[in-house]
Amino acid sequence: MNSRERILSAVKQNKPEFQPLPETTRFQSDYPDLVAKFSEILRFIGGTPVLVANYEEAETYIRQTYNDLPSVVSKVPALQHLATTDWDVLDPHQLETVDLAIIQGVIGVAENSAIWVPEERGGHRVLPFICQHLVLLLNTADLVPNMHDAYERLNISESGFGAFIAGPSKTADIEQALVIGAHGARSLSVVLLQNS
Amino acid sequence: MPGIENPFGSKPVTSNMMNHSEAAEVFTEDVDRTTWHDKTLWFVREKRDKAVFQIPEWEALREAGSRIKHNALSNLDEYLLEFEQNAIKNGVKIHWAADGHEHNEIVLQILRETGATQMVKSKSMLTEECHLNDFLIEKGVDVVDTDLGERVVQLAGEPPSHIVMPCIHKKKEEIGELFHEHLGTEKGASDPKYLAEAARQHLREKFLTRRAALTGVNFAIAETGGFVVCTNEGNADMGAHLADVHIASMGIEKIIPKAQHLGVFLRLLARSATGQPITTYSSHFHRPRQGQTMHIIIVDNGRTTQLGRPDFRNSLKCIRCGACMNTCPVYRRSGGHSYHNAVAGPIGSILAPNLDMRKNADLPFASTLCGSCSNVCPVKIDIHDQLYKWRQVLVAEGYVDSTKKQGMKLMASVLSSPKLFRFSGKAGRTMMRLLPYSVSNPLNPWFKQREMPEPPKESFREWYVNRETNK
Repeated sequence: MNSRERILSAVKQNKPEFQPLPETTRFQSDYPDLVAKFSEILRFIGGTPVLVANYEEAETYIRQTYNDLPSVVSKVPALQHLATTDWDVLDPHQLETVDLAIIQGVIGVAENSAIWVPEERGGHRVLPFICQHLVLLLNTADLVPNMHDAYERLNISESGFGAFIAGPSKTADIEQALVIGAHGARSLSVVLLQNS
Repeated sequence: MPGIENPFGSKPVTSNMMNHSEAAEVFTEDVDRTTWHDKTLWFVREKRDKAVFQIPEWEALREAGSRIKHNALSNLDEYLLEFEQNAIKNGVKIHWAADGHEHNEIVLQILRETGATQMVKSKSMLTEECHLNDFLIEKGVDVVDTDLGERVVQLAGEPPSHIVMPCIHKKKEEIGELFHEHLGTEKGASDPKYLAEAARQHLREKFLTRRAALTGVNFAIAETGGFVVCTNEGNADMGAHLADVHIASMGIEKIIPKAQHLGVFLRLLARSATGQPITTYSSHFHRPRQGQTMHIIIVDNGRTTQLGRPDFRNSLKCIRCGACMNTCPVYRRSGGHSYHNAVAGPIGSILAPNLDMRKNADLPFASTLCGSCSNVCPVKIDIHDQLYKWRQVLVAEGYVDSTKKQGMKLMASVLSSPKLFRFSGKAGRTMMRLLPYSVSNPLNPWFKQREMPEPPKESFREWYVNRETNK
């Protein structure tokens, strides 16, 4: 018997009597204002929420906030012209010099300000992590109250890789002192495009 | 000297000869540090409470998490097969390891096939349990832990002392000293921001040059064959997305049945761990990226044995949040290293005896049985009941030293005889009053780090009887 068979037969022999799944695994969160809740949580975890009416306002915000950054990747079609080069690289290692990445998120979760970013939205999986600063765009119509609602709407195996991203990277490993900017992006702005 | 790796990797600091209370004694010699450690972990516990109180359905959520895990364990073989089948369909290679050694051999073989002699690693308690670093370093593989806290303990040649905050036992000055020596930071510098930035630069170079990356697994989804890795730093993603080979190591108990169950567990995990509403990154891996190979190693290492112990199998529900450690009055004041096990604290103390009863017989006694661990556990593991039950097993199997046994026997005879009990109480109170030094002396282990209480003038029984007579 190889290890696979040994493990599976030991599990079969030792597992407890069958216990059914609980009937309820989805709970409702009642937030009167999803944008307000999302923004409050995002600020709490070190991110910056920005509410805009259209792409022109989004562009103005990004230009003003990140005007000193020389290398910008934009994966949002409407904001394509903010990119400094076309960044059509084959090797993800080449993204090492990216200062700012602009990516469109799919779903935002009000309870924890997490945004679902599948690999197709960034081109390369590593982009939202390797860039120094990150801007995620999100339609306010794509906000849901909690994680149950998000998973209800997503098919997570549709993408080879996807991540919920909530705030900038951080660590508190040294004496529990919070430091923003661990290995991933040093800052995160979420530009909320009002369309609901 | 920047860039020089510690050749020893992680090694247990506490010798095998030191039991929990002896190791705790070493830790508590530094009173200020003990107080700091205690307060810091309690602060994390308070953050957990604040986060939890914002979720009105928290208790229902815990119940759901607990019952999903019960279901998963009760049907684990089927779910493992379903997971394997779906992962293979996704283009992932699946390996099975009966124990830590087999796991380590599989990792080495994958590295050799890839031609990689260097690897970056994100947090994985399983690889700590298997002593992977020691094994690989001995085989000439350069392993770099990339979680900041894990890098700190790796440079110090120590194992992590906490599953979520690996270097919580270290002061920033000590970390500054380590970084000065290994990363070339300024001597005497101890600002956390400065040190974290130095680690970012140091590890970025590793991410960019390593062809192999190993991550842990927080949840493995049977329904989709995918797995989820949660980090705040982004180190798992930086490693995995830049490497040619991604190895993910998981214990068999990481299985959850369906993708929708992630909703329950991701809501529970970070709130319980650090009081965050969710970790910064919850990364869902399903297929390797183009040109990459992805491996999952499914490890038993004693878990099927634990599954066969009706009193202890529920410990396999653990999602590794660390809440039981942060709340534990013993852990907070004795430090993670005193548990001489990859997973410390209350949960470690019910997992460890399964792996080695003789070596870990002391751990279930490193508890006051106050039950706080069970109260905060997001998946409702009956931790303190299991600690108590392990004590029975360990005594029955003869793993507990005879002085404890003799003491218990004496205690049992006193407690079972009301006459003897009354006499002993009276004698004790008189002794403490007339000859306080008879108990307040270094020979009495209860006097260590404690003030003995003022002896009461009378027992409750005497008070009660007198009260009745004086009516």
